[in-house]
Amino acid sequence: MSEYVLELKGITKIFPGVKALDHVHFQLKPGEIHALMGENGAGKSTFIKVITGVHKAEEGEMYFDGKQVYFKGPKDAQAAGIAAIYQHVTSYPQLSVTENIFMGHEKVQKGRIQWKEMNKEADKLLMRLNADFKATDEMGTLSVAQQQMVEIAKALSMKARIIIMDEPTASLTKRESEELYKIAEKLRDDGASIIFISHRFEDMYRLATKVTVFRDSKYIGTYDVNNITNDDLITAMVGREINDLFPKPVVKIGEEILKVEKLSRTGYFKDVSFAVRKGEILGLTGLVGAGRTEVVQCIFGIEAYDSGVIYMNGKQVNIKKPLDAMKLGIGLLPEDRQLQGLILEWGIGRNITLPIIKELGKYSLTNEKKERAKAKELAERVDTKAVTLFDKASSLSGGNQQKIVVAKLLASDLKVIILDEPTKGVDVGAKAAIYDIMGELAKQGYAIIMISSEMPEILGMSDRIVVMCDGRVTGELKREEATQEGILEKAMAKTQKVAQATE
Amino acid sequence: MQKNNFDIKKLANSREVSLATVLLVLCAFISFCNGTFITPKNLNNMFVNYAIYMILALGMMCVLIIGEIDISIGSTIAISGMSAALVLREHQSMPTIVVFMIALAVGAFCGFVIGLVIAKGRVISIIATLGFMNIFRGSTYLLAKNQWVAAYQITDSFKGFAIGKYLTFGLMNNMIFVAGVCYIVFFYFLKYTRTGRKIYAVGSNSEAAQVSGINIDKIRIMVYIIMGMLCGLSGALWVSIYASAQGDMATGIEMDIIAACVIGGVSLNGGRGNVIGVLLGALTIAVLGNGLPLIGVSQFWLDAIKGLIIIVAVILNVVMQRSIDKNNLKRREI
Repeated sequence: MSEYVLELKGITKIFPGVKALDHVHFQLKPGEIHALMGENGAGKSTFIKVITGVHKAEEGEMYFDGKQVYFKGPKDAQAAGIAAIYQHVTSYPQLSVTENIFMGHEKVQKGRIQWKEMNKEADKLLMRLNADFKATDEMGTLSVAQQQMVEIAKALSMKARIIIMDEPTASLTKRESEELYKIAEKLRDDGASIIFISHRFEDMYRLATKVTVFRDSKYIGTYDVNNITNDDLITAMVGREINDLFPKPVVKIGEEILKVEKLSRTGYFKDVSFAVRKGEILGLTGLVGAGRTEVVQCIFGIEAYDSGVIYMNGKQVNIKKPLDAMKLGIGLLPEDRQLQGLILEWGIGRNITLPIIKELGKYSLTNEKKERAKAKELAERVDTKAVTLFDKASSLSGGNQQKIVVAKLLASDLKVIILDEPTKGVDVGAKAAIYDIMGELAKQGYAIIMISSEMPEILGMSDRIVVMCDGRVTGELKREEATQEGILEKAMAKTQKVAQATE
Repeated sequence: MQKNNFDIKKLANSREVSLATVLLVLCAFISFCNGTFITPKNLNNMFVNYAIYMILALGMMCVLIIGEIDISIGSTIAISGMSAALVLREHQSMPTIVVFMIALAVGAFCGFVIGLVIAKGRVISIIATLGFMNIFRGSTYLLAKNQWVAAYQITDSFKGFAIGKYLTFGLMNNMIFVAGVCYIVFFYFLKYTRTGRKIYAVGSNSEAAQVSGINIDKIRIMVYIIMGMLCGLSGALWVSIYASAQGDMATGIEMDIIAACVIGGVSLNGGRGNVIGVLLGALTIAVLGNGLPLIGVSQFWLDAIKGLIIIVAVILNVVMQRSIDKNNLKRREI
């Protein structure tokens, strides 16, 4: 018997153009709760998927009980006794809890499903987890916390020896998290090993004995939880040097243009306040799921906010739909370009002029000639490498598509430009170009709100940085006073007390 | 939190109960206006005439549960019924059971082809079945050389099936018996077999189904074969009950069948639906079709009322789903 129940050595996983994992190591002892931490995009989720057989690693070895194993697919990993509870619960919402637990390994006698037996066993599992719902309840009517319990029950029903939880507490309340901790401890006492990914220090101090940190697809180190402080961990997670150059021009910052006060949307964010000025780039950051995108979607009128006030040039405004926001001069560059930003089947020119099609034509007719001239002018302003304006948007690279979306924004008369993850999924060259454009726009007097998870980008481009965590604003930093550590600490807030208590 | 949960649950459970109540009120109202509705003779007629609808609703339910749709069933009924009738015309001595087998085989083949195009060809089901609706209808006319198979060309024993009671030794009409058997078989199949549950899994979350090792394409094709076989069965029953086979038989039947499913609580988004609900839904369609003319409602009104009921049923489903979603959101405290 090996000392470790699971051991991974030198795992490398390459996605087209990106090294998602670069020679990472991991060791898990029997009966251990092991935390896995790192920034967004550090490679944690990919690593989990390698363990569960969803992805195949290009390089590296995996040992289970000291024996080398190869998982061809998720089924192999399941059969070996590895169960994963993913962040977004993968369940059958219309079916009962029992079915969700037993799907794929139902109890069958002579071809007949034994409902009574399964319900009984499911109830037993749920009782073990102290669940407050019944096995016959419909999955879709349960809360996220309860659905997670069902997933845990499913892992138990498969007699899993290693249980992986990907951000299990992300959408849970304090009390629900406490329940989950208890369950995890119980599972550990019963001999299971648990790997969990979390952005909350609280989770780690409460549960884990070991913590492994990944950064930028690389293995950084494994530490004893008892001998580590928040500061050590943050340094390990962000310890990179920033040597990228950011072409941030010095712009004279003008008067306040957009201001939100105590904006709230039930279930997503609460009491969010900030303001952005003319010529200013405001960085809006936080970990995935902090509610950043939801906030700007409300400002732009895609979703409705429940309470709070939005001011534009000092005047209170009422934004109910995107058209309202556009009329006020607010433009949004959505995170998902393909879904919300471009009509892929259309040519570049038509995409660019779509928002101003009304102004260019007359009597509800379009004016092709004017449209083309305007599109050409705008496309040149963002320096697209497209051959003609008639090229389909789908034929462009990610970076160029992004530029087209920016050009589309510029078409209308804007004061505020909101960019949601503007450099996500584009290559280095295109990134630089996008930064150039952002700087240029700031110079021209636009107020810019940039949502980004990339620390260097946030630090390099923003005049001011607003940090969100769990649906609330947890900090506002000036450019001069912002550091990687400072931002991450705020993004992972709410944990100070517990950390001190442990120290 | 728990109390809230309980209420939603109760609401979902009582869907069948409330539908049954509505149905009973409807029956009471009709028989109050016209006493002949509730007589055994009329009820028997209603069940015999709508047995085919009830059978087809089962297949349509399976198709809707996997999140697809089939609007070609009228044409599949026609081509399988016509094929059986044509064979019977040429071979008058053929036993009834063999005629049924032929219709079933033709229907199953049609379903297999449709399923293949949808699952492997990745064609959206409404488009695929729209195409096959025309292909099978046209083929029916071609097969029959645009002629009827008239009553005198069909054997007495085959015509006798629809009015006979011999399957149950005189207890009930054969048509009603066949429909009843179908309901029992489907109830068991969908609730107590792995394959049956896989149908729900595919419709509820096809990605999750794939990860747990279910062959989605196989399930899709199988469901269309089931639908095709039920169409084949219905085709043979149609020829038997109307004592003729015509090129335009069962045209437009798909709308009534889909209506029966929707009224019975089958979700058009997939994953939800059960045999009892569909039985009630099909009965509602039957009662409306049989009862409303009895109280002097014209055919045109009948269509409009059916349409209205479908829309009300769908809106009810959506409203219920929204309230569930909203409750779930509220539980997320920040």
